[in-house]
Amino acid sequence: MRDVSIIGVGQTKVGEHWDRGLADLAVEATLAGLDDAGLDNADILYVGNMLGGVLSGQEHLGALIADLAGLRGMPALRVEAADASGGVALHQAYQAVAGGMVDTALVVGVEKMTDRLPQATEEGLMLAGLGDYEAAQGVTYVSQTAMLMQRYLHEHSLEVGDFAQFPVNAHRNAAANPFAMYRNQISEKAYRQAKMIASPINLLDGAPWADGAAAVVLVPTEQAQAMGRQGIRILASTLVTDALSLTERDDPLALAAARASAQRAYQQAGLTPGDIHLAELHDAFSILAALTLEACGFAARGQGVKLGQAGDIARAGRIPIATLGGFKARGNPVGASGVYQAVEIVQQLRGAAGQSQIPAARVGLAQNLGGNGATAVTHIFMN
Amino acid sequence: MPMELARNWRLRRQRLSLEGAQCAACGHLVFPTRPVCPKCRSRQLQPYRFSGRGEVYSFSTVYEPPAGFEGYAPYTVAQVRLAEGPLVTAQLTDVDADSVYIGMKVEMVTRKLFEDGENGLLVYGYKFRPPVMAPTNGHVSADVLAHTEPQHEAQAPVLVAN
Amino acid sequence: MKPNRPVGIVGYGAYVPRFRIKAAEIARVWGAGEGGLPIEEKAVSGLDEDVISMSIEAARNALRRAQIDPQEIGAVWVGSESHPYAVKPSSTLVAEAIEATPLVSAADWQFACKAGTEAMQAAFGYIGSGMVHYALAIGADTAQGRPGDALEYTTGAGAAAFILGPGEESLAVLEESLSYVTDTPDFFRRPYMHYPEHGNRFTGDPAYFHHSVTAGQKLLEQLGRTAKDYTWAVFHQPNVKFPSKAAQMLGFSPEQIAPGLLVGQIGNTYAGASPIGLTATLDVAQPGDRIFMVSFGSGAGSDALSLQVTDAIVERRKRAAPTLAYVKRREEVDYATYARLRGKLQMA
Repeated sequence: MRDVSIIGVGQTKVGEHWDRGLADLAVEATLAGLDDAGLDNADILYVGNMLGGVLSGQEHLGALIADLAGLRGMPALRVEAADASGGVALHQAYQAVAGGMVDTALVVGVEKMTDRLPQATEEGLMLAGLGDYEAAQGVTYVSQTAMLMQRYLHEHSLEVGDFAQFPVNAHRNAAANPFAMYRNQISEKAYRQAKMIASPINLLDGAPWADGAAAVVLVPTEQAQAMGRQGIRILASTLVTDALSLTERDDPLALAAARASAQRAYQQAGLTPGDIHLAELHDAFSILAALTLEACGFAARGQGVKLGQAGDIARAGRIPIATLGGFKARGNPVGASGVYQAVEIVQQLRGAAGQSQIPAARVGLAQNLGGNGATAVTHIFMN
Repeated sequence: MPMELARNWRLRRQRLSLEGAQCAACGHLVFPTRPVCPKCRSRQLQPYRFSGRGEVYSFSTVYEPPAGFEGYAPYTVAQVRLAEGPLVTAQLTDVDADSVYIGMKVEMVTRKLFEDGENGLLVYGYKFRPPVMAPTNGHVSADVLAHTEPQHEAQAPVLVAN
Repeated sequence: MKPNRPVGIVGYGAYVPRFRIKAAEIARVWGAGEGGLPIEEKAVSGLDEDVISMSIEAARNALRRAQIDPQEIGAVWVGSESHPYAVKPSSTLVAEAIEATPLVSAADWQFACKAGTEAMQAAFGYIGSGMVHYALAIGADTAQGRPGDALEYTTGAGAAAFILGPGEESLAVLEESLSYVTDTPDFFRRPYMHYPEHGNRFTGDPAYFHHSVTAGQKLLEQLGRTAKDYTWAVFHQPNVKFPSKAAQMLGFSPEQIAPGLLVGQIGNTYAGASPIGLTATLDVAQPGDRIFMVSFGSGAGSDALSLQVTDAIVERRKRAAPTLAYVKRREEVDYATYARLRGKLQMA
């Protein structure tokens, strides 16, 4: 196994790109990533995407994006694992470089979500669950997560307002991120009064669906050093799966795959949760922020919410999360979000996060989930 | 939209009879059925009919429905812990959203799940609702049997038979 | 008419949706109601309910009472004038849901409001001839009435199911039945029309009363009985007044028809109307009681049936929810919600 580093990152602003299609976004991020790496080519391209077929009427994204990016002929393929598509694409690229199969791997995560009406987007997103049994019952992507939250409230005697610090923190951190969708601040009061989407999840609890693309370039660390570039090392890359349906898991609130992928990542990196300086978690909803804080070993069961309330997740806290806005404020272009996480951690570890910089950050963790943890990918990065 | 025809037909036992499976090797129960036992990896799973009795494990009321469900919103979905053990995800029906709670007893009924478009198939399947009558114990309450007086006084200008 | 071998009802079950709208609320919107309303309130089906779903629940209740293997059911017949499909059977889906398939005869009946009892009569013949051991006959409707029309005050929703079988297994044995049929078109619905047309007061004397009362008289004559020989009576009930008056014309007292007169609370459930009246009556009948029943369907005539309750009623009726459990389960809605539930809002 070779040591692997990221030497280039690129991203589009997350938002409603009415004037740009799926491929436009992907190509912009891809070229920005190559430029940042100082390269004009790579050995392989992995495209992370969930809904190209459903929402843009476009599959076969590997060849399409390689060609449009001026890379015709390059090996290229699409990776799909619901909202973990981006994280899994990165994992594939890591394996290819670490295993010595290629020397330069390009990863782009892309999602175009605004070309269809919201009910069509809901219909597409719920395909992350069991189509025959859950989609047929009208069980939306949001309501699946909402049922996790409802159960969590019940088991730990909490109320919705206890989760307010997750979105408040995310919006605070996004203020300095020019690529974030929402850079406005929100108040705890506004959170408590927001309208319901799928109870108990409200409008200010869930991450907005958005358009966006992000890219990273991976090379062996030795090669990065030979090129004289400051690479960000990937100390761990793990992928674990679970039953698609929450109801088929022994303990839905345990997020067993998220827990196992984090544990394996710590083992691979030779680190413990206490060694992590910042984390980009799958905080598409505040309950997922709480549950993944627990799954990644930053809090005991039922204590994830308390990290929010105690300020531990803030920029100066014990384990800062959503440091550039997270899913909630940066926006959630689902199949791209896992790559945005990597881009943002690279920015932090390069010391290039501007006003959002976590001082002296050296080790960052990113965890990307598909279908409420049916797929879980964890990466640990170090500068 | 004939795309739903074969799938709906294929799933009729699961949707109409809440048929899951039991592992012949270890006895583990699953819903829906699957080819390999998740506990012991035996491939010997037999069809198993669930009673349809259970209680709400968790729930959510959907205000932003997906395409095809716009006409039903808001509606409440739930994870139901079946009496035999497994959890099943389904809509609740015949219940007000604000009266649902974790632990609420429910029973399976067959309802229309959705229409496959204006001229497509009507898809039926299981939903859950508060029991109309407590599990059969041979007792029917006097209140239920007490008859409400019909309105003998009523008269309308025009009465129409059919 | 009756078969050579004794036949009867082995199990029965009802279903009524939980929504109710008051006739006064309909009158509030349409400015009618001078001189009284035909019923107090009516049952309204939910967005996920139709004749198929209601029939399935009624049939499951009947099965709970009968406690037979559904595979032994030889025929599944659903009578309704609001089958969800114009072409595609309701009965096959009901049979599948109760697991009576595949060795089973199934058919949908459309015979105005008499489709339910017509299915029962035919089932008695199937069983009496030995063609099948058990048959399931269902009357169900989500009744249609044009907004603002006199019909709208009464059109309800509900279903009743009967598992019919050999007399020795029955909780009520068929004593005699007859059908009285003429072509008297007082009420009909053409294809592609949402709502039926009707002849207003023509639906009364020449239609409802003539057929119901004549059928009833002829059955009493055949049996050499009078109304006093019966404990209970059930009539088709398009409103409260018609069955009350028909009963009076045949000599039945208000007490005899009381348990089976539910139209005031659930409305006219069309093919389900007299069958639901029968399930409610069976819920209170005692062994030995005789039940007199007359159905009516517009342009379809009347069926009259005479039943005698057996000892089996006592245990079997406890095994499923009684009809009144559904009648008393109610959630009142206003006209706007009712219009939404019944698809009366033009969406495109």
